[in-house]
Amino acid sequence: MHILVCGGTGCHASSSNLLLENLREQVAGKDLAGEVQVIATGCFGFCEKGPIIKIIPDNTFYTQVQPADATEIIEEHVIKGRQVGRLLYKDPVNKEVISDSRKMGFYKKQIRVALRNCGFIDPENIDEYIAADGYSALGKVLTSMTPEQATKEIIDSGLRGRGGGGFSTGIKWDIARKVQADQKYVVCNADEGDPGAFMDRSILEGDPHSVIEAMIINGYCIGADWGLVYIRAEYPLAIERLKTALGQAREYGLLGEDILGTGFNFDIEIRYGAGAFVCGEETALIQSMEGHRGEPTFKPPFPAQSGYLGKPTNVNNVETFANIPVIFNKGAEWFASIGTEKSKGTKVFALAGKINNVGLIEVPMGTTLREVIFEIGGGIKDGKKFKAVQTGGPSGGCLTEKHLDTPIDFDNLLASGSMMGSGGMIVMDEDDCMVSVARFYLDFTVEESCGKCTPCRVGNKRLYELLDVISKGNGTHKDLDKLRNLGEVIKDTSLCGLGQTSPNPVLSTMDNFWDEYLAHVEDHRCPAGQCKDLIRYEVVAENCVGCTACARNCPVNCISGERKEVHFIDQSICIKCGVCFMKCKFNAISVS
Amino acid sequence: MKKVKSLDDLKRMKEGLQANIALREKSEHPEAMTQIKVAMATCGIASGAKEVMDFFITNLAKRNIDAIVTQTGCMGYCYAEPTVEVRLPGQDPVVYGDVDVKKADEIIEKHIKEGELVDGIIPVNYETIDKKYSGGI
Repeated sequence: MHILVCGGTGCHASSSNLLLENLREQVAGKDLAGEVQVIATGCFGFCEKGPIIKIIPDNTFYTQVQPADATEIIEEHVIKGRQVGRLLYKDPVNKEVISDSRKMGFYKKQIRVALRNCGFIDPENIDEYIAADGYSALGKVLTSMTPEQATKEIIDSGLRGRGGGGFSTGIKWDIARKVQADQKYVVCNADEGDPGAFMDRSILEGDPHSVIEAMIINGYCIGADWGLVYIRAEYPLAIERLKTALGQAREYGLLGEDILGTGFNFDIEIRYGAGAFVCGEETALIQSMEGHRGEPTFKPPFPAQSGYLGKPTNVNNVETFANIPVIFNKGAEWFASIGTEKSKGTKVFALAGKINNVGLIEVPMGTTLREVIFEIGGGIKDGKKFKAVQTGGPSGGCLTEKHLDTPIDFDNLLASGSMMGSGGMIVMDEDDCMVSVARFYLDFTVEESCGKCTPCRVGNKRLYELLDVISKGNGTHKDLDKLRNLGEVIKDTSLCGLGQTSPNPVLSTMDNFWDEYLAHVEDHRCPAGQCKDLIRYEVVAENCVGCTACARNCPVNCISGERKEVHFIDQSICIKCGVCFMKCKFNAISVS
Repeated sequence: MKKVKSLDDLKRMKEGLQANIALREKSEHPEAMTQIKVAMATCGIASGAKEVMDFFITNLAKRNIDAIVTQTGCMGYCYAEPTVEVRLPGQDPVVYGDVDVKKADEIIEKHIKEGELVDGIIPVNYETIDKKYSGGI
C-alpha cells in the first residue's frame, strides 16, 4: 500500500510536510514499514482543498488533512480498512461524497488534444506516431472523402485559429479551396513570438508528425501540392526534430508522390525566420518567405486569394494543425462537444510569471481563469496576492480579480479588453507595477514594429515615452488623456494586427488599474515599489545591527557605516537595485 | 526501406507496431522489461534531462537491468523539469519531477529494482482523448 502526500507549494504551506512526518512515524511505530510506504508527490492540482492525500491501490482521496489526522488514517484506513468519512471529498454541487479520485471533477479540468502525444511518444520515431493512430486521419481523408467533404468536417468541428485571431479554420480552408489556380500553397506558421508562449515549440519538439499529417490533409482539401513551415531559427531542437520527421515521412512514402496509392502528391520544405515578431502576421510572413523585408501588406487581397508568390495560400498556426488529425479520427461532433458555444475544443496555455506550477496546460474552452491559475497552476508564488494576468502577450490585456470567474474563450477575452492570442499567460502579483508592465510591453512593440505604417511606428514610440515620463513621476493628467487618445488612434488606424493590438496593454491597465496611474501622476508614488525613480531605500535605524551585509553587497558602494553601528545609504549614488533590501536579514532596509 | 503504399498497408503497419509496443510489456521476461521515458524538449534539456537520460542508459546497462529508455516531448510540467516516466511491466506509469542524477539512482535502486515508489511523484491531472483519466498516479 502507498500513501501519497501532496508536497506541492500550496499543500506545503498548509503543513503537509508535518503530516508526512507524522504518517511516517505512525507507519514506523506500528511496524507497517514493510507493507506501507509514505511518499511525497508534486502538486495534485487541487490546492484549494489541500493538503491532499491519496491512498493506493484503492484510490481513496482525502482532502484538507491536518497533521493530527495521521493517527486516524493509519489506524482506521490502513489497519482496519475503513475510510475516514469526514476527510473524504464532497462534491460542492450535489454534496455527494466521492472517495475514488478517478471520479472527481478536477481530473476533467485538463484534456489533452493538441498535446495528446507530447510526453507520450518518441518524437523521432515515426513508428510510435503510427502506433498512436498517426496518419490514419490522412488515410481516411485521402481514400474516403472529397476535399469538399473534408473541409466541411473542419467547418462543422468549429475549430478556430489558435494563433490568436480566432478565425474559423474550416472557412479559411474553404475560401482557399474555391479559388481557381494552377498552384496553391499550405503554410504552417511556427513563428512563435509572444513573450512567455512556447506551445508551438513544444508541439514541434514533442509531436512533429501531427503537424505534417495535418498539412498534407490541408493540401488535399485546398488543392495544394506544396507546403512550407516558417519556423524561427531560435528553435534549433524543433527544427532538428521536424527535419527528422520529414525525412521519415518521405521514407515511408507518406510525403512525396502518390501518397498511399491515391495519386495525391505533397511535400514540405522548411523556411527559417530571423525572429521578427511581425513575421507572425500572415502577410508579413509571406513577404519574408519570398525574400522581402518582413512587412505586412494590405488585406484584401487575403493570402487565400493571393499569397506566397501571388498564389492562393492557406496559413495556419502549429497548434491549429495539431488539432486536425484528431478531428478526423474522432469526428467533428466529438470536437464540437468540447468547449463553449462559439469556441470549440481545447486551448493550450503557457503558464508563466509569479505562479507555482509554471508549465504547459491544455483545458477545454470555457474553463475559468480561477481554475487555471489557482487549481491547475497551484496559485501565486510565495503566498502573495494575485493582482493580474496578462493574456495574449504584447497584443493582449491585463485581466484582474473581477475577471477570474469569466469562462475563457475567444469572445469573452475580447469582451474583457484582452485577447486569446497564442495562449501565453503571465501571472502578476502585488509586487508588480502595472505602469511598468505596460511600459515593458510597449518597449517590446516599439522594438518589433516593422515601421511600415505611421501610427504603429511613431505612435507606439510616443506611447512609450509618455509611460516613461509617468513612471518617473513627471506625468500630468494631460499625459493620461493623451495616452488614452493616442492608444485609441493607433488601434483604429494601424495596418496590421501588431499595431491594432499594441495599445491593449496600456488601455487595459488604465481601465483596470486607474488608481495606480493616478498614484504615479498625483502623488509621484509607485504603490508596488517598482518604479526606480519613485522609490528610496533607507536604513531603519532601530533595526540595523551593523552586520555590514548591505554595504558588502552594494554594487556601487553607496552604503557606509562601521561594524555594529547603524549604516547609511547615500541617495545621490544609490542606483536602487534593491540588493541591500534582499540581503538584509533584520528588516532594516525600507522601501518608500 | 518500408513504404506505406496504401491505407491497408498503414492499418497493417499500425497493428504490427501496436503489437510491438505491447510486446515490450508482455514479453517472456516481464520482470526484465521496464520502460523509461525522459522528457527531452528544450525545457527538459536545459534543466539537465540529457545527463539524466545518459545516466539511465549507462547505469541500467551496468547494473544488468533490461529496460528500454526512450526520449519523448515536453510533458508540460516545466516547473519540475527534468521529468521522467517509469512504467514497470503490467503497472500504471509513474511520472517523477525534478530528477537529477541522484534521484535517478534512487529510482533505479528503489522503484525499478524493488518496486517501491520514491518521493517526487507528479500526479496525473488530465484526461486523454481516448479514455477518461487513463490511470497512473
